[in-house]
Amino acid sequence: MAGPENLKFQKSHEWARVEGNIAYVGISDHAQEELGDIVFVEIPELDDEFEAGEEVTNIESVKAASPINAPVSGKIVKVNEELEDTPELINQKPYDTFIFAIEMTDSSELDNLLSYEDYQKVIEEE
Amino acid sequence: MFSYLPHTDEEIKQMLADIGVESIDELFADIPEKIQFKDTLQLPKGKSEHEVYSRLEAMAKKNTQGVSFLGAGIYDHIIPSTVGAIMGRTEFATSYTPYQPEISQGVLQAIFEFQTLMNEITSLPVSNASLYDGHTAASEACALAVNSTRKTDTILYSGTIHPYTKEVLTTYFEDLGVKLVELPEKEGVLDAGSVKEHLTPQVAALLVQSPNIYGNLEDYTGIADILHENKSLFIISSNPMSLGVLKSQGEWGADIAIGDTQPFGLPAYYGGPTVGYIAASEKLLRKMPGRIVGQTVDEEGKRAYVLTLQAREQHIKRERATSNICSNQALAALGTTVYLSTVGKKGLEELSAQNMQKAHHLAEKLQKEAGLELLSNQPFFNEFTLKLPSEAAEVADKMEKEGIFAGVVLNKLDPSYPKDLLTVAVTEKRTAEEMEKYVRSIKGALK
Repeated sequence: MAGPENLKFQKSHEWARVEGNIAYVGISDHAQEELGDIVFVEIPELDDEFEAGEEVTNIESVKAASPINAPVSGKIVKVNEELEDTPELINQKPYDTFIFAIEMTDSSELDNLLSYEDYQKVIEEE
Repeated sequence: MFSYLPHTDEEIKQMLADIGVESIDELFADIPEKIQFKDTLQLPKGKSEHEVYSRLEAMAKKNTQGVSFLGAGIYDHIIPSTVGAIMGRTEFATSYTPYQPEISQGVLQAIFEFQTLMNEITSLPVSNASLYDGHTAASEACALAVNSTRKTDTILYSGTIHPYTKEVLTTYFEDLGVKLVELPEKEGVLDAGSVKEHLTPQVAALLVQSPNIYGNLEDYTGIADILHENKSLFIISSNPMSLGVLKSQGEWGADIAIGDTQPFGLPAYYGGPTVGYIAASEKLLRKMPGRIVGQTVDEEGKRAYVLTLQAREQHIKRERATSNICSNQALAALGTTVYLSTVGKKGLEELSAQNMQKAHHLAEKLQKEAGLELLSNQPFFNEFTLKLPSEAAEVADKMEKEGIFAGVVLNKLDPSYPKDLLTVAVTEKRTAEEMEKYVRSIKGALK
């Protein structure tokens, strides 16, 4: 799979991988490291619709529960059911493990997201 | 008194200086002036231990003794002596509910067993360590429903739930932008046909109670499906004593079961403390309010208990917490646990059946021998509501003088009930003679 250089990021640490009009969403390596061992991923419901920036679901690590926000607006068309039993995949392969996929209603919203390089700057400033 | 105020003037000054305030009064600056108490408290002088006991005994003698037919949430059941013996052990009586996940193994085990018992009784797989009482449990269940359904802001509840539950719901949700909609009753039970009419995509859940405030049993056939099709949750409140013989919440297809375990080993006291229970489907586990104890093994492979799933609790991360409840009724829940362990599964079935039979026996006598009418012709458990030919409060007062607490005057719980309703509870504790006396007494009171 593609490295993080080809992904789009948002400041709240989600990445988006675009395939056609579908955006696959996961969390960054930095985010999984900060969270520690992930013990639970709440799998979102198919067909639910979200605005960009809206909270879609939750993941829980041994430390805390954290929200996962939609990087773009649209409808949930795919969820990663593997995470139900193996949430640790996010720790092991953060960039190869999507949580859900959104069918975008407005692909121009992608322009609001950060490149890998810009995202790296954001976390350095944190 | 000074031994209870251990700080010297010097220490107080130091502490105030450290936090940068001039005086103790300044600490209360946020309390509006007009509600601050400025006088000195008019307290009597201290008394000796003996004097205090004498005074309390004199006060206790003023209590009226009587045979209780009171219910509507708090019942007079037999409590086996094992309950007091174990609750009174200092290891339990003096310990606060644990916050450290692993210490206090005994308390954790007791809580784990409480949870397991609630799961068995409600036929729902996950339960927490308990909540404050049945009314709080109802409100927490509704909050859980709003938090776990998307884009919802409405709770439907049956008009036949306990009026105190309605009050607590209002307190919880009034300022949170959650709409509370009461569904009508029909012949003493929820008008089941009204559920569909009130369903909108915004409805998070329907809350119902059976046995309801009148003691009547409600039929929920088909309700769970109607709600689930709408992605709404189904919350059923039940007196757990009734679940020894009646269909459990899980069997009705409820997502959340709630209620109060007072009938299980807790005296009526002065209306509390009691224990709220909540059990839910596995899907709701991560949003469940309060504490949960899990069973695991320690590093030597021995069975051990631990507070688990704490990421949703507010002392971990407040803004992500699913509820602001982070305590429970550990000691009272222990009472319930010991009670259920003492009576056992078969014992609970027998108790439940006895309650039902005795209540039906008295209801029948009252109809046949005293010519009285029930409010409605519905099945009931250990409680029924009489529609009296005169004001219920007057009748109850007269009977109290003869040593009988005749029942709960619904109009006193909530003035919107007619004044002629009297809800009568009959537990396994009531004898045939007491019921004879009840019938004679009510006949006299109605003359």
